[in-house]
Amino acid sequence: MVSLTDLGELASAAASPVWRRVAGAPAVAEPAETLLGLGTPSSDVPMLSLRGITKRFPGVVANDGIDLDVFGGKVHAILGENGAGKSTLMKIIYGFYRPDAGSISMDGQPVVIHSPADSRRLGIGMVFQSFSLVPALTVTENVALFLPQQGAVLNRPWLERRVREVSARYGLDLNPRARVADLSMGERQKVELIKLILANARVLILDEPTSVLAPHEVDGLFSVFTELKRDGYAILFITHKMREVLASADQVTVLRRGKAAGTAEGGALTAQQLVALMLGIDAPKEVRNTARVKPRPQTAALEFNRVSTGSADDPRSLKEVSFQMMPGEILGIAGVSGNGQQELGETLLGLRSRRQGSVHLFGHDIGRWPLHRILGSGVAYIPEDALGMAVVPQMRVTENLVLGDIGRYNGGLWLDWRAIQTRLGQSLEGFPLPLARAEARADELSGGNLQRLVLARELTRGASVVVAYYPARGLDLVAAEKTRQLLMDCRSRGASVLLVSEDLDELMALSDRLMVMYQGKVAGLFYPENVTLQEVGLLMTGHHA
Amino acid sequence: MNIFWLVLGGAFTGAVGPGVSVLYATYGEVITERAGRINLGIEGSMLMGACFGFLTAVETGNVVVAILAGGLAGSLLSGIHAYLVVFRDTNQLATGLAVTLFGAGVTAYAGRSFVGSSIEGLNPVAIPLFSNLPVVGRALFQQDLLAYAAYALGPLLWAFLHYTKWGLSLRAVGESTNVAFAAGRNPARWQVAAIMAGGLLAGLGGAQLSLALTHSWTEGMTAGRGFIAVALVIFGMWSPLRAMIGALLFGGAIGLQLQLQSIGAPISPFILDMFPYIITLAVLTVWTGAALRAMPEGLKGVLKGTV
Ligand SMILES: Nc1ncnc2c1ncn2[C@@H]1O[C@H](COP(=O)(O)OP(=O)(O)OP(=O)(O)O)[C@@H](O)[C@H]1O
Ligand SMILES: [Mg+2]
Repeated sequence: MVSLTDLGELASAAASPVWRRVAGAPAVAEPAETLLGLGTPSSDVPMLSLRGITKRFPGVVANDGIDLDVFGGKVHAILGENGAGKSTLMKIIYGFYRPDAGSISMDGQPVVIHSPADSRRLGIGMVFQSFSLVPALTVTENVALFLPQQGAVLNRPWLERRVREVSARYGLDLNPRARVADLSMGERQKVELIKLILANARVLILDEPTSVLAPHEVDGLFSVFTELKRDGYAILFITHKMREVLASADQVTVLRRGKAAGTAEGGALTAQQLVALMLGIDAPKEVRNTARVKPRPQTAALEFNRVSTGSADDPRSLKEVSFQMMPGEILGIAGVSGNGQQELGETLLGLRSRRQGSVHLFGHDIGRWPLHRILGSGVAYIPEDALGMAVVPQMRVTENLVLGDIGRYNGGLWLDWRAIQTRLGQSLEGFPLPLARAEARADELSGGNLQRLVLARELTRGASVVVAYYPARGLDLVAAEKTRQLLMDCRSRGASVLLVSEDLDELMALSDRLMVMYQGKVAGLFYPENVTLQEVGLLMTGHHA
Repeated sequence: MNIFWLVLGGAFTGAVGPGVSVLYATYGEVITERAGRINLGIEGSMLMGACFGFLTAVETGNVVVAILAGGLAGSLLSGIHAYLVVFRDTNQLATGLAVTLFGAGVTAYAGRSFVGSSIEGLNPVAIPLFSNLPVVGRALFQQDLLAYAAYALGPLLWAFLHYTKWGLSLRAVGESTNVAFAAGRNPARWQVAAIMAGGLLAGLGGAQLSLALTHSWTEGMTAGRGFIAVALVIFGMWSPLRAMIGALLFGGAIGLQLQLQSIGAPISPFILDMFPYIITLAVLTVWTGAALRAMPEGLKGVLKGTV
């Protein structure tokens, strides 16, 4: 590990022309139009400015004297490892947490933010890492919930018109009457943005907005950013992906263990410099599957035989899905989320009933097996929604680790916690991802640390079939590569891995075979070396390659 | 006309009267549960409404004041439930039952010297023209004022939930207190308000029972109607409009029971007394699966026994 001073030196060595401490003068902003009631962003007074922000949680200093300046008409990216304090800082700006020390000012005037209501009044809006939308309500209703002033009676036609107007202006294509529960992640993101814009936010905070988006949705989001910048909005966004920083950020601030390591102008940076600034080390080597296997005729580890679920007109339900996954193979599943990937795993676990077809695990028809028997026969499952499906939020890290694998730690009637600690230690030994404090509750973990917890539990079980949904989601650069290596290790010891991802680079790098899903159907099954990214992308969106 | 149709027609005609009190309580519970809380204490609130409505009518002779007193009494009792579950974080089901028992005790004591008193109370007012319609005329348009108010209240509450900013806030709180908080609402305040409004409505239902239906007070006279209301909320999928159908069904079962009793059907009167409850349970058993999908998120933990 390098210390902060090391980082500073390393950073100035790596990137001295562009690197500066936080409180420098920004570049001149272009004059912005003043549409939608935004004032012209002043070029040298920051729209939002933080000084000395400190926040402690029991056992950890999440933010430690952070200074930050955010300007209108600019995209400001926040980078940092898992647990660096990015989300905490954003929640302080939004009034969700109160800082223990430090001050905030807007347009040069000191302000006091004690609650989200305060920050919204000041024109600060935030999209949380887990969305704050009510799934049971419609788009319009969700937007209305966050509008500052409105009459007693909801003016639905007016609201719907406003939603349509903003959608059209910023290229977000949304049906105001759709229930949020029925929307894809990308669409929910758009609802969040519309919500903020209509509530007159000028500072838009997005916490890892891209982690749930498909590649083309990310591009869509960035072109929305461009439109928003033109209208003078300040955008603060958190990401772990260098490519996204390079593509969109005007300024970058790196957090390291609760401290602001520094701020740089985005345009002048290269990917290598960014990584060096963030980690103090060179970028980790990309994990690649170099010895791809062709399946030999043998008993498949997992076989789907013409499986259909749900109704035929639901794009998510499976339609005659057949495939075989061989031992020692990584089968990549490519597709825009909401095209049946979720159903695939749930059908395997028996959580979703099949209309027709059968599912086999090492030749056994598991159609009538209960969940615990399926999980007990060597299936590891890393779900899409860790907090909702994989952990008990109120339980401690250790308890969650034991819970998913209770058979292994079972010593008769009682759980012997001392012995468990020891055995847990043994099985986690050599696990390459550092975990959070054992006594922390799962719902206190940062997004990435939560994902690590699930990975640690599922990948140390010696499973023979690993089902992994977006395993690297929310992980920082290093942890993401280590996770990919872990999946490769599973494969080398003969396990088969069903890898569901929206990251095509990841899929191409790791998969032995690649299956594309579209609207619940298998749109194609390939050896990665035989297809191009382009072709896969087309198949994912319903075109024929 | 054969006896079957006669009995059924009678049951329908007799459905609205007994259904109204349950309908008020169901409205109350819909509001409460839409805010993400469950209140089994509305049985107690109904008793409070029935008792103090009746007492006030005897003492003042003013039926409007009596109705208001009934509503107020129901609301105050549910205030205890609200305080305990929202601020002291007690188990909602246990607290609701305790509150009901408390209400039963209070009313038994307060009403003991009024058992056997009689009052003018609320009497049916026929609506001209409408009341002459065949079948529905007598069933729907020869009722007391609280019944007419209940007809209007269903659509009004529905509109409140879906077309006002308060209704939106209430539903948001019931779906996710976190999101509602992020949207600047104070979930605790909303839930207390919803529980107390629910108690108010249940109290009005109780008042209708003693002032309009029986014109008398007897201890424990609500006989579980509050609990039936909780079941009807599920049947009604948390919609005030569907609640009307549910209450009519329950009222109809009571009407049917009375009809069967009056024609001297050879069934034990105890079985007949159980009839409305059995019908409610049966409908609920068949219905629940589909209905549960409409359940507010905030209730799921309680109803599945995890909170
Ligand atoms: N409510 C809380 N209670 C206790 N500790 C917390 C709480 N919220 C965050 N923390 C801790 O504060 C630290 C910073 O967390 P934060 O969520 O800000 O990290 P992050 O930079 O957003 O990480 P990630 O990239 O994984 O999302 C972590 O150690 C986390 O466990
Ligand atoms: Mg975070």
